[in-house]
Amino acid sequence: MSEKRIIPIVMPKWGLSMEEGKVTSWLMKDGDQVKVGDQILEVETDKIAGAVEASDAGILRRRIGQADTIYPIKTLIGVVADADVPDSDIDEFVSSYVVPAAEEGEDETGPRYDFIDTAAGRLRYIKRGTADNIVLLIHGFGGDLDNWLFNADAFAEKATVYALDLPGHGQSTKTLGDPTVAGLARAVLGFMDAVKVDKAHLVGHSLGGAIAIEIARTNKNRVKSLNLISTAGLGPDINMDFIGGFVAAASRRDLKPVLENLFADGSLVSRQMVDDLLKYKRLDGVGDALAALKDGVFAGGQQATNLSAALKSSGVPALVIWGAQDKIIPVQHAKAAAGAKVEIIEGAGHMVQMEQAGKINSLIKAMVGG
Amino acid sequence: MARKISIRQALNEALDQEMARDPTVFVMGEDIVGGMGGDGDKDAWGGVLGVTKGLYAKYGDRLLDTPLSESAYIGAAVGAAACGMRPVAELMFIDFMGVCFDEIFNQAAKFKYMFGGKAETPVVIRTMIGGGFRAAAQHSQVLTPLFTHIPGLKVVVPSNAYDAKGLLIQSIRDNDPVIFCEHKNLYGHESDVPQESYTIPFGEANVVREGKHVTIVTYGMMVHRALDAAALLAKDKVECEVIDLRTLSPIDWDTVLESVENTGRLVCVDEAHPRCSIASDVSAKVSQEAFKALKAGIQMVTAPHTPVPFSPALEDLYLPSAEKIASAARKTMAN
Repeated sequence: MSEKRIIPIVMPKWGLSMEEGKVTSWLMKDGDQVKVGDQILEVETDKIAGAVEASDAGILRRRIGQADTIYPIKTLIGVVADADVPDSDIDEFVSSYVVPAAEEGEDETGPRYDFIDTAAGRLRYIKRGTADNIVLLIHGFGGDLDNWLFNADAFAEKATVYALDLPGHGQSTKTLGDPTVAGLARAVLGFMDAVKVDKAHLVGHSLGGAIAIEIARTNKNRVKSLNLISTAGLGPDINMDFIGGFVAAASRRDLKPVLENLFADGSLVSRQMVDDLLKYKRLDGVGDALAALKDGVFAGGQQATNLSAALKSSGVPALVIWGAQDKIIPVQHAKAAAGAKVEIIEGAGHMVQMEQAGKINSLIKAMVGG
Repeated sequence: MARKISIRQALNEALDQEMARDPTVFVMGEDIVGGMGGDGDKDAWGGVLGVTKGLYAKYGDRLLDTPLSESAYIGAAVGAAACGMRPVAELMFIDFMGVCFDEIFNQAAKFKYMFGGKAETPVVIRTMIGGGFRAAAQHSQVLTPLFTHIPGLKVVVPSNAYDAKGLLIQSIRDNDPVIFCEHKNLYGHESDVPQESYTIPFGEANVVREGKHVTIVTYGMMVHRALDAAALLAKDKVECEVIDLRTLSPIDWDTVLESVENTGRLVCVDEAHPRCSIASDVSAKVSQEAFKALKAGIQMVTAPHTPVPFSPALEDLYLPSAEKIASAARKTMAN
């Protein structure tokens, strides 16, 4: 009877810095039928709140994690099993559960991020997974590779995932040779050369989406597919109050209301999220880099580069995802994505990949295969 | 930000990066090189607690060991600043500041005002504060309120390594005289610090813990005691908001007032003596500006109005503890 399936639900690890999370509430109750991808409970970290989704189907048999309680990552917080698994087996499973040891490379003292010298300067990146199929994640204006907190590990189940900090962002060089979509596209191609990636599925968010289309325009042989989330490059409109406010804000008080525009649910902007962005903005060179990008990419208060024709003519398979409540780039721009599969996500603003991570992960996983 | 370093290392890195960036930055003080000056190993000591270790080998004569005459070299630093240099003077203990009050209070703090804004004095005076080091009454004081009293001076007190680096770089780049206070019991305290240079603006407090019941306002080593108190109180479901002022001049009233408007309760914690302290200053401001928000009388937890005792047992009693802070917070919760 050892074949009976008992599936642990554990405190997830969202991103490199997460060490513990708080169970905020259970969305299902004992005995509920669970399908793959169902949201089972909500967890809050010091960075953001999110839902834990089912990786396997079954019946929710035990809710172990208590609401408003903090657990270290990988702690057993629930059990899913088939209906015919006896309670005694589940008791046995719970009482004998051992939190797995840290995997190689997870060591707290070991390197969490990598750096590589490219034509555009020194860039920070992460690499997850070992498959031949490669997925490259490109963040947007003012973002960094942690914007893929809820996505990178999901994609890495069946692919090798790279996520980089663009020049001027995160912990990459703060020097921007050419602060335009074309210049950043050349920087990303240089990164692909440096890490010896010939061809990849590109996943781009916002400005990162425009960069991905530009790469497909100039080097379509290096692009397997385009996965564009709330992408720039498909129309002129851009919320310049957000861009200007983001560049100018120097304090938590100024930055927080600006960041709230990124989400359908502004309460997702945590103190830690604001602090992390302030820490980035205080670095020498960041102010100049962001101002140069604002003038280069959004010259004259609108998007300087329209790539909708290039998207169509590239012939590269494309998926366009948009948050229905996007306050930064209007969802109407999705109409300009001729030939692409378009998905509009309710309950999400501009940061769709954070706010509705589960949906985005399954849409993109279907696109990039494995 | 995977790299954890100590406050000592963070200060060293700030000095190193600013000396590399700006040739007008130089460092002077007692024993900051290691005695007589010289090559190689001669700088092994790097100041009484090792903050300037290794810099002499890199920057040579831009580190000056001074005679034991604070009034002379603080005066020299103030004069050099008025002439376009950016000196960082290390005045070992804040307790010794008294012998150069004229240079600081009447010269450095007054130049910009008295010369109609035409003179600037970008001098940083680094100095150690605080008790718990068994260093007796003349080496353990927290004299921060003396300096916040003087218009024209900026007063900075980091509580962690991230703030220490960003605030010291800001202090060096700032065009006004800055009294930069380092707590001698915190030099080994570690936190995540970016390798790159960055600045933290003056006058922006850090909310180090959010809570809705009681606001605790403090700075320096007491930030850590306040966090310990908040952890104790959390067990009783009392949620404290802990505010680290980071800079005492300028001071971030907005963050303090906003917090008290949310919680309605205030505990001011200060390692300085109670009279005319940062704690009494914050209490007065909140009484003036947010009286209607208060649900209970303001509590202060400070050192007593006595010299710092040399007896370790007495010194431990002298310093505000997490238990004393928690007990003060409970008093505000009582009504």
